[in-house]
Formats: sequence, structure tokens, C-alpha cells
Amino acid sequence: MEEYVIEMLNITKSFPGIKANDDITLRLKKGEIHALLGENGAGKSTLMSVLFGLYQPDSGTIKKDGKPVKISNPNDANDLNIGMVHQHFKLVEVFTVLDNIILGVEPNKFGFLTKKEAREKVVALSQKYSLSVEPDALVEDISVGMQQRVEILKMLYRDNDILIFDEPTAVLTPQEIKELMSIMRGLAAEGKSILFITHKLNEIMEVADRCTVLRKGKLIGTVEVAQTNREELSKMMVGRPISFEVEKQDIEPGKTVLKVENVVVPSKLHKNNAVKGISFEVREGEIVCLAGIEGNGQSEFVYALTGIEKMSSGKITLCGSDISKASIRKRSLLGISHIPEDRHKYGLVLDFSLAENLVLQHYREKLFQRFGFIRFKEVRNYARRLIEIYDIRSGQGPDTIARSMSGGNQQKAILAREIDKNPQLLVAIQPTRGLDIGAIENIHSLIVKQRDSGKAVLLVSLELDEVMNVSDRILVMYEGKIAGEFEPSKTTVEELGLYMAGAGDKARSTGQGG
Amino acid sequence: MKKVREFLGRRSVASFLSSLISIIIGLVFGYLLLLAFDSEKALFGIKQILFAGVSSPAKIAKVLYQAAPLVLTGLSVGFAFKTGLFNIGASGQYMVGACFALYTGIVLRQPWYVAMTAAMLGGAIWGLIPGLCKALFNVNEVITSIMFNWIGLFAVNLFFSNTPKILANYYGSANANRTANLAAANARAIIPTLGLDKLLKSPFMNISILIAVAIAVVAFIVLNRTTFGYELKACGFNKNASIYAGINAKRNTALSMTIAGCLAGIGGGIYYLSGTVQYTIEKVLLSMGFNGIPVALLAQSNPIATIFSATFISYIQVGGDAMQPEFAKEIIDIIISVIIYLSAVSLLVKGLITRLAERKKEAAPSPGQDTAQTPDDSKQEATS
Repeated sequence: MEEYVIEMLNITKSFPGIKANDDITLRLKKGEIHALLGENGAGKSTLMSVLFGLYQPDSGTIKKDGKPVKISNPNDANDLNIGMVHQHFKLVEVFTVLDNIILGVEPNKFGFLTKKEAREKVVALSQKYSLSVEPDALVEDISVGMQQRVEILKMLYRDNDILIFDEPTAVLTPQEIKELMSIMRGLAAEGKSILFITHKLNEIMEVADRCTVLRKGKLIGTVEVAQTNREELSKMMVGRPISFEVEKQDIEPGKTVLKVENVVVPSKLHKNNAVKGISFEVREGEIVCLAGIEGNGQSEFVYALTGIEKMSSGKITLCGSDISKASIRKRSLLGISHIPEDRHKYGLVLDFSLAENLVLQHYREKLFQRFGFIRFKEVRNYARRLIEIYDIRSGQGPDTIARSMSGGNQQKAILAREIDKNPQLLVAIQPTRGLDIGAIENIHSLIVKQRDSGKAVLLVSLELDEVMNVSDRILVMYEGKIAGEFEPSKTTVEELGLYMAGAGDKARSTGQGG
Repeated sequence: MKKVREFLGRRSVASFLSSLISIIIGLVFGYLLLLAFDSEKALFGIKQILFAGVSSPAKIAKVLYQAAPLVLTGLSVGFAFKTGLFNIGASGQYMVGACFALYTGIVLRQPWYVAMTAAMLGGAIWGLIPGLCKALFNVNEVITSIMFNWIGLFAVNLFFSNTPKILANYYGSANANRTANLAAANARAIIPTLGLDKLLKSPFMNISILIAVAIAVVAFIVLNRTTFGYELKACGFNKNASIYAGINAKRNTALSMTIAGCLAGIGGGIYYLSGTVQYTIEKVLLSMGFNGIPVALLAQSNPIATIFSATFISYIQVGGDAMQPEFAKEIIDIIISVIIYLSAVSLLVKGLITRLAERKKEAAPSPGQDTAQTPDDSKQEATS
């Protein structure tokens, strides 16, 4: 019997202007957990899309059990028992768990659904792999963790034995991540082969057997995880040594910059308030982190803080002046800088040039306009300066269209714009989301530099590593309230995880209706 | 060889080439239709379409005369496009503009420039209302502006029917269903010719094309050189990011539609103040406004390119008119529409060219070809 279930041999795939995969070979053994590691844009997704039939390689062959196969579309992949859990789940929210699992392969007799057998199969599978789900619950009502288990069951129901996980831990709490890891181990023990796309080294060290590292579309190597370490993997991935600890100066927080009092923000999704009265302060030289699972009111609070949405009650004071009702531009001029959570949607005008994006808030200043006419020369000079200082890499300098830049450099451009304003308060939401280690290191050091220069920083993050490493104070948000306040040195990831999941809150708020 | 690739890779070149190729596709398809309708006279027909527009100075005058309002409705649609809005209401704005101009010129007896200002105002009002609906209540501007086309049409008809002083029969003509001849009613309201009519030996020639070109240049400068244009484009490309940056997106939405209305309104004014045409009371939306859409598409919303695309479409129409009586009016309309609308597929062609250029970068250099000079949009950024 062939040792490898899947062999991707010398795969090359080009897109206009870029070689996304350059002669990459990846071999997956039966029953192993194989991590695919690489920075953003390294070609991981392209490679997996080739395997899943979404792209055709320019050259190279794919073999299943030693036999060459052609995968033209996801249906072919499915016929070869290749399944994929996408980063963003592909579930029908208003269907039940069971309906979602059988969707597309509904068992029927003369065109009538026969759900009974399907249910038995699902229940059997979920017991076998300890994937606890409620078959009759609607997907919109269940937790993200359970939705992911539904996705896994979908693959198992189709008898897939090659399972691709695309960054599966991005949306999970620490507890859920642990659970997922043990599920993956269980699946591998049953003979399933797993391809695990990630850029989190801890997870690889914990669960993977082997790891293939890609960098800039090229294969760097495949290593046995047991014989390597985090430092080595990160060096392979980025091409240089990376420091995991964020270096911070010891400084005493100074005057209060931001004061938030009993802020209530209505929700756009439901009738309840998204933020149910929160109060805290951020002082000079301090990074305060709002931690929590997505959807617990952090985004809405930031919208209210930056003026994008109105709050229904409460007061926000910036450096002594009440900004509760100020316009977005006024707040910006008073010294709030803002790194939005979705850089494409909110951070950049992708069809503008880099230079035009860098002056998105400054174009009205005297330096950049005269009598309403933009002084493009000054704008370009300014852009060149920021490009130099913040090491923003782009094809055509200031004239590069933002859309064509890599995610990390787009984020650097936003940071450059926001930090160069020298704001009193920097609000950063998920500033490293979707970025690779090299870029994360860069961005963390920029944020810390801002703090070290005596400015206030409010960081909103879902990544507990980031929360623990960067912040001076942690506020955990749960269901629109602050569930607890911690110092990173005096708490653990596990404790934070409990508070993020609401367990820490139980002691205090009993008898409160949902 | 390398030059060719670089040349093709430049976005302005890709834009120009794509428009050119789509025009050719449109013409070929038009010829095929002519063959299908009447194969014997097809050659005559396509010759007329291609060359009638330059066959005499008078024809050139006719082309320019019709191009002027088209430039303006094209600018109207293109300006809104740049801001992320689809102004399908240029037709209504055009009619209301014409109505304001004619009332000011005929009944209020004002000179042409006052009447033009009134036209601008009328169009602006007709653009402002859909703009406000979009900005304040997030009502889709396509729906409101379509409705405002019809509201505009019937409001103008109603107004003309009930204003005896504006109608032709008040000034001695037999017709009660059209507005007065400006020469009879108030010659001062006619747009001056500055001798251009003598130059081209055509009563149709006046300075309207010069006005349209000047306005196109202003629109270009506003969009590409000013903070105001920067804001408008930012809102058009990415409303959310603009709001984040503190730009007042609602104000810009309303303003953009107002300016679009202004432009279409001037178009109405410029056409009906020429003194050679009278507004006829009919229950049909005027196509001049709708033709602004292909004009803008063909120009890829670039104001300077709009001058050329409008002239082209006007040229085709003059050519079409010259096909009578060998071809029926309806057939000519079909063929012209086909050419115009196929011409507007330029965005599709542009994508193909860009891809081709990028592929060439990787593959071996292709054999050389002459690098034609492009029009002066080389500095202009390609539109969305």
C-alpha cells in the first residue's frame, strides 16, 4: 500500500504578475496531521484551492493513493473524499444542524427525504469522534464552536478521509481550541488525514505531526514537528529570526486621556443594547485592551467612541473635553486615531493610490491644499516620507493602487496614517487580524512605541496571545458589559477564556433575563 | 518590444484601446444587421454611418450641435458614477432644465445666459431630490430618478400646456403642441454663434459645443484636482472608509446628484436655446438623457473622454439620419442603438486588454506595432 494518500507534485500556479505557487511538493501521509505554515500571501490558500479543485495548476500533478487524478472542481474533490472546512463557514443559518449536514447529498426514496437514516448516521459519527452537536437546533442559534463541528460532520458524513482545515482556530475561544485539537487527534487516530492551514505556531507544536512551510510561493521545506521548535519554524516562515516577546519600557501611566462613563449603545441586530453601560479610563502611556469573543459589544463600543454610531446614553471625555456628541471629524481632530477592524471596508479606499490613502484625513490641511485644489506634489512627498519611516512596501511607491498591495503593507499604511497624526488616543481594533508573524511583530512594536512615547492606546483584540503580550491592562467584555479587569502578569489565558465565555460573570449576575 | 508592453500596460492606454475596440465591435455588428435587413444597400448604409458626419461642413456642424447636449448628459451620468451613484434620471433633469430655460427665455424674456442659469437650477432641483432621498433615507437613487424622469416629463408637459405665453401659437404659429420659436419670441435667448454658423455654413452651429467642452474641463479639474472631487471619489469608491475618515458622505451623496442634475439641466438648456428646435409636448421620455449613459460608459466616466464619446455617438446619429430614405427610421434606430450599446461594453474589453498586457509581461515579447498617440487622458486615472 502507498504510504501517501495525497501527493501534490511540483505544483506551479501563476496569477497575473505573481507566481502564487512555484514548484511546490506536498505529501500527505495516511492518518497524519500535516500543518501548512506560511505568511499571508505565501501561497497556502492557493495550494489548497488547487487541491480542492477551485484552481487548475499551470503545471504539476496531484496523486491520490499513488494514482494521478484531475480535480477540476470541488465536486471532483468530494468524489475523491477530500473535504474542507473553510475559514468562513458555509452553513445555511436558518436550517437545522442535520439539514445542513445532509445538504447536497440528501438521502431519499423516490424523491422523498428519508432523514431517519441520515440522523442515525450523524448521531453515530458525532459519538464516534466526540463531536457534540444538537441535530435539531438551528445553526443560527448554536455557538461558533458547534458550527465548526457541524462543518467537520459535513465532511465525515460524505465519507471524506482527507480533511482540510483552513485557519480553524481564528474564531474560537481557548477552551474551544483545546477541544478542536483533541477532535483533530481523534480523527487522525481513526485514519483520517488532516491538512491544517495556520500561522499559529503553538497549535502546530501541539497537534501536528509534520509541517510544510511556504514562503513567497516557494517551498521552504517539510519538517517533523517533534524535531523542531517554534523559533526554527518561524525563521523558516519569515526568513529571519522573530522575537515573540514584545519589548516594553517600564513607565508609569500619566493623566487620564479617555474617560468612558456608563456608555450604552443600541444594537443594530436585535432590540437589546449591544453595549450595556460600561465605564473605564485609559491613561497616558498605557495600553488598555478590550478582550472578548467577537460579538460581545466591542465593535459597537468602538463605533460609539469614534462617532460612527450614536450611543443612547453615557458620556465620553477625551483629554477633558466632552466628545459624546462630536462629529467624526471633530473627534479625529481632537486626537483620536483609529485603526479599523476591516481594513478593506473601513481603512482604505482600495482604488485610490497609496498617497491618496495616506492623506485620507489630512487632505484639508493647509499643507495639502490651496484654495480647495489638492497639492499633489506635497501629498506625494508626504507619502514618500511615511513610506520611508514605516517601511511600507509597494510596487510604484506613492502611486501604487492600494488594492494591489499585500495585506501587511496595507495595514502598515493605515498605521502610518493614524500614528503619524500623533494622536492622544490610538484606537486599534484587531490590528493584526489575518497578518503573519513578521507583520504582527512590526505592528506590535509600532503600537508599543506609541505607548512608550506617552500616548494612550485602546486595543480591541480577540487574540489572547496579543492581549497578554501587548497590553498593560485587560478588560474582558462579555455580552455588552465589562466582565472583569486583569493585569497580564497576574492572570492566565485560561482565566481570561473563562471570563470571555461568561463563566466569570455567573457569580455576580444571577437571575438576569437573557 | 518592451515599449509595446509597457504601453499596453498603462491604464490610460488600456482604457482608450478598449473603447476603440468596442466601437469597432459595435460597428461590425451594426453592419451585420444592415446585411440582414437589406443586403444590397448595406454597404451604402455603413458608408453613411461612417462618413456622412464629415461629408460637408453642414454635417460637421450638425454633429457638434447634437454632441453638445450629449456631452453634458454624459458628464451628468459620469460624474454620478465617479461618486458611486447611478444617475439614470438625466432624462428628467434634462427636460426640467429645458423647461426652466424656455420659461426664462420666452416668458420672462431674459437673455440666453440667464436662461442657461435657470436650466442649471432646474436640473439641480431634479437631481437634488433623489440625492436627498438617497442620503437621508437610503432610498435607491435608481428608483427615485426613474420616477423623477416621468414626474419631470409630465410636470413639464402640464406646465407648458397651461402656460399659453410659452407656446408657439401665441407667437403666430399654428402649432399649440410645441414651444415658441425663439427667434420669434425672444431672439436674445438664442445662444450666440460668434460667427461659427457662417464658418460652417450651418444655422445649427453655435457656441454650445464650446460651452460643453469648457464644462467638461471644469468637471475634470473638480474631480481630479480639488479636495471636493477627492471627497466625492472617496465616497464613491468606499463610502465606509470615507465615513471613518470623517468625510460627510451624506452631504456628498446629495451634492453629487445635484451636480449631476445641474449638468443634465444645462444640457437641456443648451439644446433648446439653440433657436433651431422647439420643445414638443409628447408623452415620451427624451432619449438625449438616456444616451448620456452609453456616453459615460464609453468614456469610462472620464470627463475629457466624454467629449469624444459624445461626439462619436452624435456622429453615428447624423450618419444614421443620412441613411434615409433607403432605410426605415426604425431600422436606423435599431442599428444605432446596437452600435451605441455594444460600444459601451468597453469595460469588458478593458479587462481583457489588461489581462493580455500582463500575460505578455511574462511571455516572450510580442512583435512590434506602432504606438499610436492617445488622447490627453494619459494622466487621468482609469475609472472603476
